[in-house]
Amino acid sequence: MTPTRRDFLRIAGASAVGLLLPPWARMANSAQTAGMAPISVPAKALTARRWAMVVDAAKCRPGCRDCVDACHLVHNVPDFKNLKDDIHWISLEKAGHLFPTEIHLRQPEAIRTLPLPVLCNHCENPPCVRVCPTKATFQRADGIVMMDYHRCIGCRFCMAACPYGSRSMNYRDPRPFIGKLNPDFPTRTRGVVEKCNFCEERLAQGLLPACVTACKEKALIFGDLEEKGSDLRHTLEGGFSIRRRSELGTGPQVYYRL
Amino acid sequence: MKLYDRWKILTGIVIFLIAVTFPIWYGKAKSVPPPDLKLDTPAIQALKEKLCVEQAPTMRANHMRLLISWRESVVRDGNRTYRASDGKVYTISLAGTCLECHSNKAEFCDRCHDYAGAKPNCWNCHIMPEEVRR
Repeated sequence: MTPTRRDFLRIAGASAVGLLLPPWARMANSAQTAGMAPISVPAKALTARRWAMVVDAAKCRPGCRDCVDACHLVHNVPDFKNLKDDIHWISLEKAGHLFPTEIHLRQPEAIRTLPLPVLCNHCENPPCVRVCPTKATFQRADGIVMMDYHRCIGCRFCMAACPYGSRSMNYRDPRPFIGKLNPDFPTRTRGVVEKCNFCEERLAQGLLPACVTACKEKALIFGDLEEKGSDLRHTLEGGFSIRRRSELGTGPQVYYRL
Repeated sequence: MKLYDRWKILTGIVIFLIAVTFPIWYGKAKSVPPPDLKLDTPAIQALKEKLCVEQAPTMRANHMRLLISWRESVVRDGNRTYRASDGKVYTISLAGTCLECHSNKAEFCDRCHDYAGAKPNCWNCHIMPEEVRR
């Protein structure tokens, strides 16, 4: 992430003020913020400077739903069995619908209709975060666009702002519609919006996202975009990849290798 | 001064006062015994020192504040460990840490919440692992 001009000026201004302060005042400032326990990450947790994902479309097997099923099972995603109330963290969409300007009618049908996984793009510049009035949706330092369901008031501004349709609203109580409850992850309640969290809770335990682990074809590659020589970088550098509607300036972090 | 319809007005005032003060005197006569909280879950029995994350009086008075600071810490900061005042380090997790010991929500959480008239909305989303395993 490159800092914007505004960020740069803000940091420069803050540093200048900090330098003018006498040393004891600086100490007092840091002591104030240290009231909360310091952030400590368990040793086994996976960390990154910028999490990202590559979908290697060539490996994606038509008819396979392993990634969707695994994700929805792990995160207690309900199945209302009707499209109007549908809730999805990850779903399958035809390549032609994902990339309407890139894919044209003269391309082979197998490519046009290939179902590809779509999930939250964990944008560099996420419009959902900008519009959220309660800061329920926020961006972590490692790029994950997270939701704090405790704060969500269900206004659905984020759903209007997201150009990818990655967010779903719980119009009804989801509990009765969850096939098999996973006790390790909370459900949601009526009136909150939900979406993919890049398996933030699994990363903290040192596990890769559920969809990545579930994919037998290894079509989903997850890793640190800033880490040279990572699998993810290797895949991206090995060929041509595109992102969904990157012309909007959102900086999506799910890459598709077609 | 002449009060027209004196009896109607006075009866009305008396009925009104009774209705308004109803919540104050109703329940005065009743004595509700304090809740009998069960702490004999298998996980607690297995503990050598039967101690919660913090001292029992602190937990009794401040568990809600602790839980909220835990929630903020995990969700907002990604910090999943808690250093207690005695120096022990705990994993922050409602289902994993709190409810592993207090696996009897009905006899522990609910009894006291019902007594105190507290209606926490934790359970709208969070699951009792014990109820799912059953």
